Amino acid sequence: MSTAAEADFKTRLQNWIPKLVLSPSLTMVLIFVYGFILFTVYVSFTDSRILPFVDKDGQRTFDLIGLANYEKLFKLSHWEIALTNMAVFAGLYIVVCTLIGLTLAILLDQKIRGEGFLRPLYLYPMALSFIVTGTAWKWFLDPGIGLENIVQAWGWENFEFDWIKNRDFAIYTVVLAAVWQTSGFVMAMFLAGLRGIDNEILKAAQMDGASNWNLYRRIIIPQLRPAFLSAFVILAHLAIKTFDLVIAMTGGGPGRATELPATFMYSYTFSRNQMGIGASSAVIMLITIAAIMIPYLCAELKEKK
Amino acid sequence: MAVASSDTAIRTGRFNRTLIYVVLLLFVLFYMLPLYIMVVNSMKPLSEITGGGMMSLPSAFTLEPWAKAWSTAQVGVEPTGLRPYFWNSISMVVPAVAISTVLGALNGYILTKWRFRGDTILFGLMLFSCFIPFQIVLIPMAAILGILGLSGTTAGLVLVHVVYGVGFSTLYFRNYYAAFPTELVRAAQIDGAGFFQIFWRILLPSSGPIIVVCVIWQFTNIWNDFLFGASFASGDGAPMTVALNNLVQSSTGVKEYNVHFAGAILAAMPTLLVYIVAGRYFVRGLMAGSVKG
Amino acid sequence: MNNVIRTLKLTSAIAAFSVTAAHAEDVEVLHWWTSGGEAAALNVLKQDLETQGIGWQDMPVAGGGGTEAMTVLRARVTAGDPPTAVQALGFDILDWGNQGALANLNDLAAQEGWDEVVPEALQFFAKVDDKWISAPVNVHSTNWVWANKSVLDANGIAVPETWEDFVAAVEALKAAGITPIAHGGQAWQDATVFDAVAMSTGGPEFYKAAFIDLDEETLGSDTMKEAFDRMAFIRDNVDDNFSGRDWNLATAMVINGEAGFQMMGDWAKGEFLNAGKVPGEDFLCFRFPGTQDQVTFNADQFMMFDQGGAVSEEQAALASAILSPSFQIAFNKVKGSVPARTDVDGSELDACGQQGMKDLAAAASSGNLFGSMAHGHAAPASVKNAVYDVVTAHFNGEYDSETAVLELVDAVSIAK
Repeated sequence: MSTAAEADFKTRLQNWIPKLVLSPSLTMVLIFVYGFILFTVYVSFTDSRILPFVDKDGQRTFDLIGLANYEKLFKLSHWEIALTNMAVFAGLYIVVCTLIGLTLAILLDQKIRGEGFLRPLYLYPMALSFIVTGTAWKWFLDPGIGLENIVQAWGWENFEFDWIKNRDFAIYTVVLAAVWQTSGFVMAMFLAGLRGIDNEILKAAQMDGASNWNLYRRIIIPQLRPAFLSAFVILAHLAIKTFDLVIAMTGGGPGRATELPATFMYSYTFSRNQMGIGASSAVIMLITIAAIMIPYLCAELKEKK
Repeated sequence: MAVASSDTAIRTGRFNRTLIYVVLLLFVLFYMLPLYIMVVNSMKPLSEITGGGMMSLPSAFTLEPWAKAWSTAQVGVEPTGLRPYFWNSISMVVPAVAISTVLGALNGYILTKWRFRGDTILFGLMLFSCFIPFQIVLIPMAAILGILGLSGTTAGLVLVHVVYGVGFSTLYFRNYYAAFPTELVRAAQIDGAGFFQIFWRILLPSSGPIIVVCVIWQFTNIWNDFLFGASFASGDGAPMTVALNNLVQSSTGVKEYNVHFAGAILAAMPTLLVYIVAGRYFVRGLMAGSVKG
Repeated sequence: MNNVIRTLKLTSAIAAFSVTAAHAEDVEVLHWWTSGGEAAALNVLKQDLETQGIGWQDMPVAGGGGTEAMTVLRARVTAGDPPTAVQALGFDILDWGNQGALANLNDLAAQEGWDEVVPEALQFFAKVDDKWISAPVNVHSTNWVWANKSVLDANGIAVPETWEDFVAAVEALKAAGITPIAHGGQAWQDATVFDAVAMSTGGPEFYKAAFIDLDEETLGSDTMKEAFDRMAFIRDNVDDNFSGRDWNLATAMVINGEAGFQMMGDWAKGEFLNAGKVPGEDFLCFRFPGTQDQVTFNADQFMMFDQGGAVSEEQAALASAILSPSFQIAFNKVKGSVPARTDVDGSELDACGQQGMKDLAAAASSGNLFGSMAHGHAAPASVKNAVYDVVTAHFNGEYDSETAVLELVDAVSIAK
């Protein structure tokens, strides 16, 4: 065997290894994400109730019913509420988290004494599961025992804060708790971004007499673009998956005022035994996510090339 | 690669500094509030809570709820407390975090240093997979675990968490390695180093910060997962969150809020610990990697 | 695919401490009774089986009144690994039974004479095609009112017998500055009250036509509007902070004398007993005014999953132990409910429990025993939740009574 052939074989092998190593992850994602999405689409065209059953003889115990589930879905005022809430919730949550995270990061970046002490205090909510922190929030926001009660006891008799009990405002309390949980994490991402900026550029700009405000607006914040991308991806993903929080804090109430698509889907699929409708709501959700994320991801990924 | 430093060129006046401290401390209050409610109520007898004193400090201080949550509270038919479930969680989280981190690191390495046609699309596919709502994968996942014979096992749970964790770990490592000088990799290649050698000798030694970030992220998510743990673990193999849920949720039973809060804090201890111990490296890790393009 | 398998092997190698599936001689039981008393009561069953040499694999999943457990069950069945026995309610049992997933317990039932001792309304939920498929544990009745005796005494209020009495009592409490009705604004709690109110407003025939037969005319009738009007009255007499409150905290309001009444199922008794209160002395339990002869119920059962065609010995032993009088009493003493069979001696139960047993037996024999709509024993889950939506929206002021009636007819017809 000639050395040249051997070398050739080696290069070819080297070319194959990366693809080989990547393939398990890729296979997993294709089956467990995209395969499952197709399955969900299929279920959404059936009248499945408890499960898309196939009985012992291989007979389906459900029927294909075309788009009927989608028709039903859009007749449900319940679904409309969930969609509206999602828009309000996701929009506010992403914007507020980003603002608070950025502000805290900028403030912490001012050579603050005790930064090492403050940072974990901002970060820790991420570590807690909402099964129980939801109860803590529920009590704090409850006008009878929480904030309203305390402030009134301090002497401000007219103070009112009953959002969690109010159909028009309850969704904002869910935003509040969600912001509490993740804004510290966003802060860490921005802080990291700030620390990565080259100080020489800033010093030069300062020499030229730029004010702090202009420094941030013109130089620093534009440089944080990758941090904004990461924050957006993480926040958007958390917003869509928000589920425990609503269940623990408001249970979708008062009335149906804080229903979100995730809670809607879960309740139709698993507690109302209308899996077909649940699946169709999941498909709509996925389409919405795709419509927002794909153009965004494309733009971002292209830019880096 | 950026060097960790808390230096900044920005200068601020004394008045502004006072204002900054005030704002920062106000936020501390905001973040600590729910923890205050949880800690305070975990140290009161139940009668004080149902009597309406949810916000006040305990007047009869007791640690009994903590002891109860840990070792004697009813979680299933036997009064075991949360203790036995702790190990279940550990034995699920450790392999799941390790595998998803290793896979993420390799994927990130390939997607930045061994680029091929269509790699961006592949990355996009993986990234989009982070957005799939877990509720919809439950049934098909159960079917696959059944076929593989992994239903009701810790191995099955590990698989599930690896599958849905690999998107994010790939994202972290890809962004981190993107900033790593490709020339070093090329030079090593010319010297005859292979795929794994380059990874092991050149990239891995400088990956410390991003590994911390990835581990923290995966650890928190997997530790706090309830849906998969409840669906795919067997009864006595259930992770801590399932036990915690059993402790605090009851539709027609007496609710011992003080025990619930104590249990919640106990269940969160490992993640809190991870944040406190590794938190120092966390910002450093994010800084060196994931938020840079 | 090879790669997947390799990854799997890796995973299983690392996670070597995986848990083994149920042994042949074990029973695996999925349930959501995890709070102190209930779980301890279930332990009686476990010990009973252990004396027969049968192991018990516990699979508790709490949350959402069994919703989480039902989700887990789906996953287990899909994976081809259903538990031996699963706690379940009402129509869920029938749904599973109709899919052919449950075992046929007829031999055992005939041997032990279940047909004679279990009330017929309850049998409806334990049988499919004349086959016993599940073992009933208890009967909860949901049309109870709980009252603080000293509050009623201090305001000169006797136990109200009719809706008018009740209105008067509520007005008297309101005048005295006490919250008349303690209530937690969660959909299922609103619906629990609505059950009783509808029964009291229209009587048993109306209740059956509306919620069991889902008759459109009845659902849209003036009587239904009247029932919603009465709900509005109740809404006006709860405190401002009712929404989202756990039922336990509402019960605490009655225990502490902050409120007079609470409409809640018999499980509320546990809270009173836990606070050291004595039935008849500190607190009163009575049927919702105007429903003295009726019992609306929900019943916990264990449905038995088919284990490859035959009922296994262990499964039969479990089912038999569940129906045994000693377990029925021991369990229900703690749970607050009453035994699912009407022939057991209830002298060990407290005053409210004995009253409950008497009411149940009477209602069962006079045809006044009805499944509770709010608790999924009148109509399937989809209809139940559709009713929840309307009742809750009305209770929270989203609809007036007239709109609520129209919405109810619509919602039920979509969900049917």
